[in-house]
Amino acid sequence: MGTNTTNRITGGVAAGKSYSSSCNACKQCAPLGACVAFKGIEGVLPMLHGSQGCATYIRRYLISHFREPVDIASSNFSEETTIFGGNKNFNAGIDNIISQYHPKVIAIASTCLSETIGEDVQRLINEYKSIHSDEKNLPEMIYASTPSYAGTHYEGFHQAVFATVKALAGAQGEPGRHINLFANFISPEDIRHLKEISSDFGLDTVIFPDYSDTLDGTSWEKYRRIPDGGTKPEDIRRTGLALMSLELGYILNSGGKNRVSAGEFLEEHFDVINRRIGLPVGINETDRFFNLLSDISKNPIPEKYRKQRGRLVDLYIDGHKYVANKQAVIYGEEDMVVALAAFAAEIGLIPVLCASGGESGKLKNTLKSVLGDLYYEDMVVGQGFSFEQMEEIMQSLHPDLMIGNSKGYYIARKMNIPLVRTGFPIHDRLGAQHSRCLGYEGSLILFEEIVNTLLEDKQRQSSVGYKYM
Amino acid sequence: MANFLKEREGQIVTKSKNSKDLIGGRPSIAGSVSQRACVFCGSRVVLYPIADALHLVHGPIGCASYTWDIRGAMSSGPELHRSSFSTDLREKHVIFGGEKQLYNALNELIDKHQPKAAFVYSTCIVGVIGDDVQSVCNRVAKEKNIPVIPVQSEGFQGSKKDGYKIACDALATLIGTDNSKEVSPFSINILGDFNLAGELWILTEYYKRMGIQILASITGDGRVKDIQNTHRAALNVVQCSGSMIHLAKQMKEQYGIPFIKVSYFGIEDMSDALYEVAKFFGDEAVQEKARDLVKEELTNLLPALEPYRRALQGKKAAIYVGGAFKAISLVKALRLIGMRTVIAGTQTGNDEDYKLLKAICDDGCILVDDSNPVELSEFVQQTGADLFIGGVKERPIAYKMGIGFCDHNHERKLALAGYEGMLNFAKEVHDTVTSPVWRFVKRK
Repeated sequence: MGTNTTNRITGGVAAGKSYSSSCNACKQCAPLGACVAFKGIEGVLPMLHGSQGCATYIRRYLISHFREPVDIASSNFSEETTIFGGNKNFNAGIDNIISQYHPKVIAIASTCLSETIGEDVQRLINEYKSIHSDEKNLPEMIYASTPSYAGTHYEGFHQAVFATVKALAGAQGEPGRHINLFANFISPEDIRHLKEISSDFGLDTVIFPDYSDTLDGTSWEKYRRIPDGGTKPEDIRRTGLALMSLELGYILNSGGKNRVSAGEFLEEHFDVINRRIGLPVGINETDRFFNLLSDISKNPIPEKYRKQRGRLVDLYIDGHKYVANKQAVIYGEEDMVVALAAFAAEIGLIPVLCASGGESGKLKNTLKSVLGDLYYEDMVVGQGFSFEQMEEIMQSLHPDLMIGNSKGYYIARKMNIPLVRTGFPIHDRLGAQHSRCLGYEGSLILFEEIVNTLLEDKQRQSSVGYKYM
Repeated sequence: MANFLKEREGQIVTKSKNSKDLIGGRPSIAGSVSQRACVFCGSRVVLYPIADALHLVHGPIGCASYTWDIRGAMSSGPELHRSSFSTDLREKHVIFGGEKQLYNALNELIDKHQPKAAFVYSTCIVGVIGDDVQSVCNRVAKEKNIPVIPVQSEGFQGSKKDGYKIACDALATLIGTDNSKEVSPFSINILGDFNLAGELWILTEYYKRMGIQILASITGDGRVKDIQNTHRAALNVVQCSGSMIHLAKQMKEQYGIPFIKVSYFGIEDMSDALYEVAKFFGDEAVQEKARDLVKEELTNLLPALEPYRRALQGKKAAIYVGGAFKAISLVKALRLIGMRTVIAGTQTGNDEDYKLLKAICDDGCILVDDSNPVELSEFVQQTGADLFIGGVKERPIAYKMGIGFCDHNHERKLALAGYEGMLNFAKEVHDTVTSPVWRFVKRK
């Protein structure tokens, strides 16, 4: 299991060579993440304050992953707008969105262009509201600052979660018995599973953002300009009155421009206790999640989940030899990398390279603390990594398996390494919206996928076509 | 037309005897949710297939990320174009400028990949932060002794179509800078084929059978050296005229090379293209070969299309694609397999294009420029279309409305050009329109 020492990390900072440019980035820009989070609000239409291309590119990218309509408006900057400011386009954009979509909420994210010319979007919103102060049913307007030159799509996602809560959360009314669950950038199917779990504990949970329907809808009888579903604005309002907030993910946007998360904001301004735990992938992290829900709800873990856990342990045992000491490369958003690495480690895989395009500076320490005694000392931790940097290190590691999004496929193909697709984006397979890894059940599905991928690979490489493996 | 934007009235026309002409070429309206992209996108897609050049996107990461290996443009050799290079600008560059980052990036990448030329795409903020991309490019070109070409494609400076023009200008700087290729008297340049799913190779085969040399392809399976030699061809054959007509006109002016506009989609247009090229050279042997080729291809193709035509007879199609010439070819190709076009729209057509499109469509067909999901879904509802032809952004509209879909955008992985492509097209349309899954869909 020798790793190439020339590529070893020093001081937890980037491994591998550093470049003045990026080749095949393992990240997208912040406005994309913001759009995904915004799609988790009921009755929303997102708008990007910038060039037309930003909205179109992001729509195309998200449609290819979720395979659902993703309407995102643009304030459509022209040369004139760039020189004289965007208020005319902003107002026209809002007018036209209202007239075509009648949304409950218009959620606006900035772009590199509007940020660079110094647009004050909050002021534009206030001006729009004051011009239209006599109009009833004006949509709520939410603004997230997401310059594409700061942070990745992951920070953009959490910035939008924060901005939405900041804009809507209130302290009016009686403190409730509900909890807030900030679920992170996960698949629609995983969101549904979290909702099921919370309801089985008898908890009243505001889960946000909830794009489980808006980005994974049914077949429709009639076209809907804004798809059903999403966290209701009134529910987001009552996040300020919750018993506590639960944030899934240790890092979130702590590496971004604004380092305050939604949960931290509510704790500071509304005294809502904030608890941050990992994404529940694998038994260790899922146990923590279930124990916490049990504590909060004062209900025992339902039998259904005890059985799921039992079946998962049973499956681990059935499959452990197929994964034992196989070297895995794990990549994606930082919190997903941590969760997948924890899972990989507990099933006996060796996470030899854990890489992310994110650069919070916390990836290595978080991995160490979550993996504990299963932390692999020679692990290469790549933060701010591109796929090119990953590939260079992989050439010396010769790993057995890659776990991550579909953009790593070209390396898998070139190096003849099996790839298990999970996370975002998955552009070369059907079913990204149903991809699962959370909870005992999601872990079971992921474990089977990993084992079967390795078996398939072994079968394919074998000169004997064994029917028993 | 409930909830359509008033300002867009002239951009939607239902064809009848007295209907007005459709207006094209207008900028998109804020908040309309246009399906168009930006200037950068236009330049990027046109230059992208040049496989031995370095394509460096100067800006924050998004623009490079979203265009990584985006086109199905195939190369018979190097594949440098399939990597996504970005200067990945950060906040400090926005404050202090990105020229140094660009200079270092170019040096590093040229040393590593030894490209034959480099294109540097400016994105939105590059002009705003005041980077002098031209002078950085000049400096690196001198130091590395390869063409380093700035592509001034700031996203906000117009629409995708303006990006095409900027790409043409960038190409023009390469043309005429090399004379080393051997040129036959029957030589052409192919402009505006991007070798999606290997389509260029289908065309190359046809021209080869006619005894015609393709001196350069701009830009499908493109090579820098070929493009440098294009000024020596006898004729420019221009497809996708929206993207390449600017360059063809420029080459006519500068090098006296005439051009013809063609389309390779559908039997009629494909055959016309070959006949036109043969006619241009006026050589009887070449014309004879063209006739033989078309005859041979049709003898095989027409019977093969027949079962599809029978199954699709009377079905209705919606078209929303990038350029008007593709839309016109599609109307004809659909007719050949028994289908009627009920919606025909494009992102980038101009007034003239739309006159031609309108002329070829049947009465009752809805013509639309720069449309959006709200309109397109409404039109599908109104017309009861059975098929939508478009790109990835139109796909969910079709599927949510419970109708078939055919990807005719630049991401397609199925060759649709030429006679072979026509058969693929018919099969693709047939497979989606006649799928039994639609039985589970309720449509209102």
